[in-house]
Amino acid sequence: MVQIDGRAAGESLVRARGLGKTYQRGGEEIHVLQGLNLDVDAGEFIAFMGPSGSGKTTLLNLLGGLDVPSEGSVTVAGDEITRMSARKLTTWRARHVGFVFQMYNLIPVLTAFQNVELPLLLTGLSKAERRRHVETALTVVGLADRMRHYPRQLSGGQEQRVGIARAIVADPTFLLCDEPTGDLDRKSADEVLDLLGRLAGEHGKTILMVTHDPLAAERAHVVLHLEKGVLVDTVTAGRAR
Amino acid sequence: MAVPLIYNVRSLRARWASTVVAVLGIAGTVGVFVAMLSLARGFEATLIASGSPRNAIVRRAGATSEMDSSVVLDQIRVIEDAPGIERGAGGALVSPEVVVVAAFPLKGRGTEGNAQVRGVSPKALAVRPTVKIVAGRFFQPGLTELVVGRNVAGAYDGIDLGKTLRFGGATWVVVGVFDSGGTAFDSEIWCDTTVLNQVFQRPQALFQSATARLSSPEALNGFKDALTSDPRVTVQVDREVDYYAKQSRQLTTLITVLGTIIAVVMGIGAVFGALNTMYSAVAERSREIATLRALGFGSGSIVLSFVAESLCIALVGGVLGCVVVLPLNGLTTGTINWQTFSHLAFAFQITPLLLTWGIAFALLMGLVGGVPPAVRAARARIAAALREL
Ligand SMILES: Nc1ncnc2c1ncn2[C@@H]1O[C@H](COP(=O)(O)OP(=O)(O)OP(=O)(O)O)[C@@H](O)[C@H]1O
Ligand SMILES: [Mg+2]
Repeated sequence: MVQIDGRAAGESLVRARGLGKTYQRGGEEIHVLQGLNLDVDAGEFIAFMGPSGSGKTTLLNLLGGLDVPSEGSVTVAGDEITRMSARKLTTWRARHVGFVFQMYNLIPVLTAFQNVELPLLLTGLSKAERRRHVETALTVVGLADRMRHYPRQLSGGQEQRVGIARAIVADPTFLLCDEPTGDLDRKSADEVLDLLGRLAGEHGKTILMVTHDPLAAERAHVVLHLEKGVLVDTVTAGRAR
Repeated sequence: MAVPLIYNVRSLRARWASTVVAVLGIAGTVGVFVAMLSLARGFEATLIASGSPRNAIVRRAGATSEMDSSVVLDQIRVIEDAPGIERGAGGALVSPEVVVVAAFPLKGRGTEGNAQVRGVSPKALAVRPTVKIVAGRFFQPGLTELVVGRNVAGAYDGIDLGKTLRFGGATWVVVGVFDSGGTAFDSEIWCDTTVLNQVFQRPQALFQSATARLSSPEALNGFKDALTSDPRVTVQVDREVDYYAKQSRQLTTLITVLGTIIAVVMGIGAVFGALNTMYSAVAERSREIATLRALGFGSGSIVLSFVAESLCIALVGGVLGCVVVLPLNGLTTGTINWQTFSHLAFAFQITPLLLTWGIAFALLMGLVGGVPPAVRAARARIAAALREL
């Protein structure tokens, strides 16, 4: 279930309450998010849409513990992350969040294998175990044969799939994808969306994705629109669950 | 676990031009630093090697060097009778000595340099067993004959085996060349004390110092106590090594201090080079850093990673600086011995300890140049940095 009225009963996986974010710009206050509520259960695949500047990235950053809200709270799997110290939040991100970025954000001097291995360096896994996990993740995204390639030797679509492998390799609680296909051509975008669809469908991953692309949003179970600082549930597109 | 070091090494390689600038700055500084220290070390080693722990040098009480000391013949007799002296076939091994400075034309420079001419006893070779005649023979007592240290022939024009030269109003013949094993004596010219006193019209019974061979290094205290408590003489007794060590100290300290000042000044420049390289690295990679932070690497890991990167630069620079100056090792150079104002040849001495100092200095520069950019990298706001393209 996905709810935006703040009245969900019971424990949802991701819960935002009264979330607000205000930026200061030249003495002027910009209220990007205001009193936003969200409840997401495990296994959901949500697309956030909205005009540019409506605060989609801001919302993902708050849900992923990359930024702190001006007001309100975010609770993930029972932990209120908006109360955590910066240090605790860092550890929490490593354990619970898989980020997928529009520009892939791979480290250019590291191979696909080494990029995917990065999150595992923060776990207690042995070298052999890490290798096994990295190989599994790269196999899931269909790039097992590109492990030794550097990002510049890959196409944009392949880079993004490495980015997704990196996001899932440590088996996080949920994936946050900010316009994962925003920089890709249709074909590569479809491949990436197929992959995200499979991760949600077959692997039961919880995915929160920001997108401008209606075709991308169609893959999600639920589409939410960000308007005037809150989420509105105008269309519930995609496959009904 | 920390950010893998390979990330830093490869990033440095990717931005090689900027890296090279920082590396060269540190290499140059370390090179100068090690070269200056090896100069001081070589000078010190040359003078210290001149002294033997088994020899004692006796001077007038209060004299700071041989030049302002005097010892009269009567005192020599007392010294010869003192306990702890080694005795050979020719009696007690004591060499009453006189030192004068004479100017000779320096080879290939068109100017003159002061050479130290030491009048010694015919027993001098027995008193200083490390000094060996390597060509020709030792002087004959009573004749105006010279034996010269092995660096002398190389340093001055016309002072070679068999050559005749004039100084102090007499004509001298070079009859031998000696090797003292790289000590200060190798820059000296030796002749008979009595002859030297005659030529320079000095009182026959007056010397500047006496060097005595002891029966063992431990005999020094007994020898010293006997002489300093003897009312007939007012002398000071030093172990020869200590005397030369003290002589070397002034110039060694000067070179070391000067070298350190130059190195520090250059080091400040090199640190700015490293700072500049690292700040631009941090600026160029702000999105990478933010990504690493998003993945869960802590600010401590980021600091460590960038400090490590700076230390890599420093290490390469340090090693390069050391390698570049290494050929100086053993290279002979000359200076003025400030106590005697005479020319003294000595060699750069690059020891493992000096190289360690050089590397340590490089790492210090890397640390100072690396920490502020690393802290800036770790402090950057993640959300803001991720928006940058
Ligand atoms: N650090 C900041 N300081 C000031 N204003 C900011 C800051 N970050 C974001 N904003 C503003 O907040 C608003 C929302 O930004 P956000 O990036 O969340 O929008 P978005 O919906 O992701 O837009 P896009 O579709 O273009 O990515 C914008 O008006 C933006 O200019
Ligand atoms: Mg955005």
